[in-house]
Amino acid sequence: MPVLGIIASQISGHLFAPSGAYDSIATTTVGSGGASSITFSSIPSTYTHLQIRAIGRTNRVAVGGDYAIAVINSDSNAANYSLHQLLGNGSAASSNAYPATFAGVFLSRWGAASDAASMFGTSIIDILDYANTSKYKSFRALGGLDTNSANSQVNFESNLWMSTSAITSITISPGAGTSWSQYTQFALYGIKGA
Amino acid sequence: MAAGNTYVALATTTLGTAASSVTFSSISGSYTDLLLVTQGNMSASGASIYLEINGDTASNYSFTYIYGSGSAAASSRASNNSTGIDALGFSSGFSTGQLMTINHFMNYSNATTYKTVLCRGSDTGSEVGATVGLWRSTSAITSIKVKNTGSNFTVGHTFSLYGILAA
Repeated sequence: MPVLGIIASQISGHLFAPSGAYDSIATTTVGSGGASSITFSSIPSTYTHLQIRAIGRTNRVAVGGDYAIAVINSDSNAANYSLHQLLGNGSAASSNAYPATFAGVFLSRWGAASDAASMFGTSIIDILDYANTSKYKSFRALGGLDTNSANSQVNFESNLWMSTSAITSITISPGAGTSWSQYTQFALYGIKGA
Repeated sequence: MAAGNTYVALATTTLGTAASSVTFSSISGSYTDLLLVTQGNMSASGASIYLEINGDTASNYSFTYIYGSGSAAASSRASNNSTGIDALGFSSGFSTGQLMTINHFMNYSNATTYKTVLCRGSDTGSEVGATVGLWRSTSAITSIKVKNTGSNFTVGHTFSLYGILAA
């Protein structure tokens, strides 16, 4: 029986009944028409941690790649989110703090329409103790985009969602663009504790 | 998909004699991502660890990295590189400690996108770094050569390759 729903226009999704210590829960791959967002819903609380592994590209035209916003449990109140970043753009390292700025979890960096064809950004996002109902939820991400040019970036991100609710849904949308491009793929995994 | 096949150990090499490179070949295209973990030491300082894909020695690699040496963080990059992707992401290569790299080859078996690699490297004696690398090819990755640029991997250095399978 499917335990997870996938909501996105023109996305091919696969459902899987998990049974191991590191399970693939669901995967979405964007089709030729693009997709405005990717949603993992009805996430089971039977794991200890979640991991999302993704490659992505958006329809943003302006140079500079793109970022994404992941809305947790439909909560788009920026006051409930906080971000710290460590970035390297090939010439300098920098660090930023953005409390109560973005209406979701900030994830970067993704390819954009301004990048050469076939270039995709990537990110690996760990969501720790996501089903706990007594702690705020923290997200750790390592991501980046290399374009064989100065318009590249590698980044560490630490996001906080200030809610004690168990995470049951995640909706990921492009930050500056309006659509994920074809071949973008997000895969959600569950990691069990002993 | 059979249970337990999401995160699979594909191959492991532990060096019995020093070597300048280790190659994983005939990699199955049955997974979504590959994870390569290396740990050990090198015979000389200043060298780095590069990842060569599918035997490609043309200028199809680029990478951007960030690193910290204990005094400051910095970033650098390379374009049109023919050696491969720098997995350590250091300013000056190996120094004196134990080396570790964890390298993610994302969506390695598709035939439509260029391949992106995320690397974490550390030398317990000098630096810590992270790299995003690009191999400008839409070919599926079928071999990975881990290269020591300038010295040898010493006896006991381990190289482990895993496959991660999305549903």
